[in-house]
Amino acid sequence: MSCCAPGTEVAAIAALPSEEELRFAARDLGDGSRQLELSLPDVHCAGCIRTVESALSRLPSVDNARVNLSTRRVSVRWRGEAVPPIVPALVEAGYPPHLADDSQPSADPVLSELLRAVAVAGFAAGNIMLLSVSVWSGAEGATRDLFHWISALIALPALAISGRIYYRSAWNALRQRRMNMDVPIAIGVSLAYALSLYDTWHSGQHAYFDASVTLLFFLLIGRTLDHVMRNRARAAVTGLARLAPRGALVLGEDGTRDYRPLAEIRPGTRILVAAGERIPVDARVEAGHSDLDTALVSGESAPQPVAPGAEIQAGTLNLTGPLTLVALRPASESFLAEMVRMMEAAEGGRARYRRIADRVAALYAPVVHLTALVTCLGWVLAGAGWHEAITIAIAVLIITCPCALGLAVPIVQVVAARRLFENGILVKDGSGLERLAEADAVVFDKTGTLTLGQPRLTGTHRISPRHLEIAAALASHSRHPLSQAIAERTAGIIAFEEVREVPGHGVEGRLGSDLWRLGRASWAAGEEGEAGTVLARDGRIVARFAFSDGIRPGARAAVEALRADVGPVEMLSGDMEAACRAVAEDAGIDAWQSGLLPSGKVARIEELARQGHKVLMVGDGLNDAPALGAAHVSMAPASAADIGRNAADFVFLRLDLGAVTTARQVAVRAGRLIRQNIGIAVVYNLIAVPIAILGHVTPLVAAIAMSGSSILVIGNALRLLRTARPGADPRTAPAAGRTVTA
Amino acid sequence: MSMLIFLIPVALFLGGISLLAFLWAVRSGQYEDLDGAAQRILLDDDKPSS
Repeated sequence: MSCCAPGTEVAAIAALPSEEELRFAARDLGDGSRQLELSLPDVHCAGCIRTVESALSRLPSVDNARVNLSTRRVSVRWRGEAVPPIVPALVEAGYPPHLADDSQPSADPVLSELLRAVAVAGFAAGNIMLLSVSVWSGAEGATRDLFHWISALIALPALAISGRIYYRSAWNALRQRRMNMDVPIAIGVSLAYALSLYDTWHSGQHAYFDASVTLLFFLLIGRTLDHVMRNRARAAVTGLARLAPRGALVLGEDGTRDYRPLAEIRPGTRILVAAGERIPVDARVEAGHSDLDTALVSGESAPQPVAPGAEIQAGTLNLTGPLTLVALRPASESFLAEMVRMMEAAEGGRARYRRIADRVAALYAPVVHLTALVTCLGWVLAGAGWHEAITIAIAVLIITCPCALGLAVPIVQVVAARRLFENGILVKDGSGLERLAEADAVVFDKTGTLTLGQPRLTGTHRISPRHLEIAAALASHSRHPLSQAIAERTAGIIAFEEVREVPGHGVEGRLGSDLWRLGRASWAAGEEGEAGTVLARDGRIVARFAFSDGIRPGARAAVEALRADVGPVEMLSGDMEAACRAVAEDAGIDAWQSGLLPSGKVARIEELARQGHKVLMVGDGLNDAPALGAAHVSMAPASAADIGRNAADFVFLRLDLGAVTTARQVAVRAGRLIRQNIGIAVVYNLIAVPIAILGHVTPLVAAIAMSGSSILVIGNALRLLRTARPGADPRTAPAAGRTVTA
Repeated sequence: MSMLIFLIPVALFLGGISLLAFLWAVRSGQYEDLDGAAQRILLDDDKPSS
């Protein structure tokens, strides 16, 4: 047994990858073995690692299985062509897998490069500082020159390896005629090195090797932290379930069955979709009855029955019976692809938004360069020699180099992301935090966002316990969501004879001489004109069941808090009016619209944007994805459709909607700290720059000023951790136990 | 001061060794699963990860 109870909301809606999909995804390693990466969102402790690894290692042909806990993936290597029963083994162990998105390899070359750069810069900075301290404490003459020469030698590889990141970025910015923070850094560091080399050659008294390398070291730390934060969130997000299958079982003219990748499915192709799988392309039903879960696609909470002739959309989940479909459109023109296109077209506030750091850099970099230039010319005019003037100008460049500024923003965002991570909220990137702090209107989706997207049985007091028990026993034979809601009530086991599920209609079973039917009223009672879900005995209705989509815990409190703190709150749904009204009342939302198409949601958000609002959109469905893209900032629950998750800036893993308020609070506080940090950096410059312009900055002063301001900025950022943690709130704790904990 | 002839190369050499060790660790993927490394120490037997 593992310590962590699997069985999550996320896994419940996801179809497991089929063996054919695994074969497509596996990589041939060349020596007769194959390797596959699977994502396991539920893995999160040592016990999980052991359970998964030993379950997989027991399979006969498996060579090696290794869990990566950071990315929540397992990499399996096996011999031969045939895929070992990996998925059944994992499901049995309690860790339902998903196929990892292969566009996101688990190894991260950028992180490796950054780590390498930090290591080289740290090594060089440490050793040069050692030599510099000797020079500052009075080494003279030949010893000083020797130390300078050694410093120059150590600094050279550091600039080449660690500085490359900045040179590349600065060059890219200049080539596009833009300015970023890396331009003054690259120029300052290189000029300081060149001048120090010249001085060393001429046995000069001061050399800035230490300053240029230490600067790189500090800045690289900030950059690496920034990258680690984004990457971690991305890995966790891509590790969640995929919505689109990779292929489908194609039925050939001659009756053959062949699993083909999605790209090869053309209009007219006949495909088979088993119960529990997602529909791969837009299609028409040719044979079979079933129910479809369309919650993620259209926002409708009730499952839709389908019969031959019905047209269905890609991405919906086939619940009860196998279907034979005829593809109507290729995958590239499916509803899903259409949503992706709309989302890209809708890319609104986010594309226009410029990160605070970039805005500051755009102001800062020209000022720094101008100051240095004016200083140089000023000293020349005042009668100093060129060498002295240039030395002072470079001291100005170094002292203004945005060491504190380079750390000011990322360090706060890393701390904020850490804080949110502890509360089960993932941040895609820092600009999301900045935009969330600006939001002044909130738009919620209904199904799956304000509600759990799972029906709950209501009004059970009107049903006799005996009938409830019979219904629950029958319902346990079906995976229809309504059946499962009833089956939750089961107490004892009633042994039926010949239980049978009739896809699209319900379940029937024989108990002695009585035929019990649970399902659609028109079928169970055998007459038209009846509606709803009923239990019938020999064609006579004995009980009616009512359902409501359970509202998320904390929804009402979150809506109230957001209204007070952010601004007007609205609900936009694709579902029917009655369902919307009930949820809106429960959640305390006055402004809502029902029956909206995806374009309707986008239109409403754009209307709000025209009125000057910055909209926070919280949604989960495929139909929300364009709206998530159009909003100024967006959030999605972990159970959202994958394109929705990719479009959202934040993903929350727990059931509680309080995540939205938590994220907003942290974002606002982070924004305040960022402004404070920038303020600190500016004050530091106001003090340091005049000193530098007057020519009083020696390498020692530069080193102290730089480290001092960086420590101040880091210390200020850490204040974000030093308050009561909402994670300790008992309200959120029970929910955390059932979901994927971060 | 002639000790410096030895001491500086020795200091750089030792520092260089640790730098190389770190670069090797990065390259061989030891920094790819920091959370996992923290948890694996709690496992008693190393068999599954052999």
